[in-house]
Amino acid sequence: MNVTRGFTGRPRVHHPGLPPGQYDAGDDWPVLSAEVTPDLAAADWSFRIDGLVAEPRTWSWDAAHALAPSAYEGDIHCVTSWSKFGVRFGGVSLDAFLGLVRPDATATHAVAYSHTGYTTNLPLTDLTGGRAWIAWEYDGRPLPAEHGGPARLLVPHLYFWKSAKWIAGLRILDHDEPGFWEQNGYHARGNPWEEQRYSGD
Amino acid sequence: MTETFVPPTRFAVPGRIAVSNRAAAVWQTATLTEIRRETPHAATFRFAVPGWQGHLPGQHLMLRLTAEDGYGAQRHYSIASPPEDAGHIELTLDHVEGGEVSGWFHTVAEPGDEVQVRGPLSGFFAWPGDRPALLIGAGSGVVPLMSMVRHHRAQGSTVPLRLLVSARSPQELIYAREYGDETTPVFTRDAAAGVPVGRMSAAHVAPLLDRAPPGGWEAYVCGSNGFAEHASRLLVEAGQPVHRIRIERFG
Repeated sequence: MNVTRGFTGRPRVHHPGLPPGQYDAGDDWPVLSAEVTPDLAAADWSFRIDGLVAEPRTWSWDAAHALAPSAYEGDIHCVTSWSKFGVRFGGVSLDAFLGLVRPDATATHAVAYSHTGYTTNLPLTDLTGGRAWIAWEYDGRPLPAEHGGPARLLVPHLYFWKSAKWIAGLRILDHDEPGFWEQNGYHARGNPWEEQRYSGD
Repeated sequence: MTETFVPPTRFAVPGRIAVSNRAAAVWQTATLTEIRRETPHAATFRFAVPGWQGHLPGQHLMLRLTAEDGYGAQRHYSIASPPEDAGHIELTLDHVEGGEVSGWFHTVAEPGDEVQVRGPLSGFFAWPGDRPALLIGAGSGVVPLMSMVRHHRAQGSTVPLRLLVSARSPQELIYAREYGDETTPVFTRDAAAGVPVGRMSAAHVAPLLDRAPPGGWEAYVCGSNGFAEHASRLLVEAGQPVHRIRIERFG
């Protein structure tokens, strides 16, 4: 251990929900997109799932909202080391969308892509079983554009770069295909509890 | 399903710049060798990092401080120094009120102290020096852009490069003594007599796009999220293609 002379850290109480290397951002919610925030109206938003599925499909804003609503209340963790506790998102579980397109038995991964062209890769098992959402509400209000509104992917158990803003679709694959940050040296999976920040972690 | 997948989109993220990620996973010891005051709220911290493999201007690193009880605090910081400064890196940090890490740097740190760093990280905001670059920063957002300006000078490069830098006042302008003809400062609160005061506007950005070099600019925007939103909108309104704007937001 390399102790830093004179560094004590902030007074702290152990928070069981804080993964290693993270700090509590409190009320802050930093914005970390690399691209220009798109001017994307809800009426122009769509979400598509294709690739290795029985029935590729595209949902409009209204069609997506016709699915059973599902909320997430819990924590989120960013690779830049802030975490945010007790956030509330509203939307639809990804299980509802995937149940309608029916991924093939050979499907193992997905590439999520945004209306901006941003991409990120995820194992299919991280997107199913009630652990991922398409979210359009934050704290009971429409999701702000700078946080991915009108709708973003939400995979709160992984670092937040996996929760693609301005989500446009999922391409279902039988192999892993690195996305935007993953090609820039970030970890393929990004589990905050194992500190999977960078490739090689 | 092996072809490169291109999503159907109206917008586009700028292309990636290939950089080596070999060093990103390894923590290295960085020894503080010098502290230089830049403004009342910002100082530059120079480190010797003998094993540093080099970086591209615009890249950042992760820095970790460790308390005696094992508690570690880590933060991402942009690198201010150019790659030509081999074996050394410089960071310029604002003294954030109540800042756990910046507070240590500004009130405790002295030459000889050791911290841990890993990097360089992320090639997205990097400028390899090969394409005309229009740099727009505010406050400490100028830090990664200064690495680009210094690299440009160290190379004796003739590739067009312009810097628009926003600060509250001349006293708050980081690296004030180092700017040359490539730089236009914009002061938002206070300036010398006869110098206009106000927010960065189309009047600053549009002339640079009107006189863009052949092939156009690659734009790099760095600052707070509010500034990044404002500056990127100015660029788009002035005709800069959205896929050639790279943004680093300081959270």
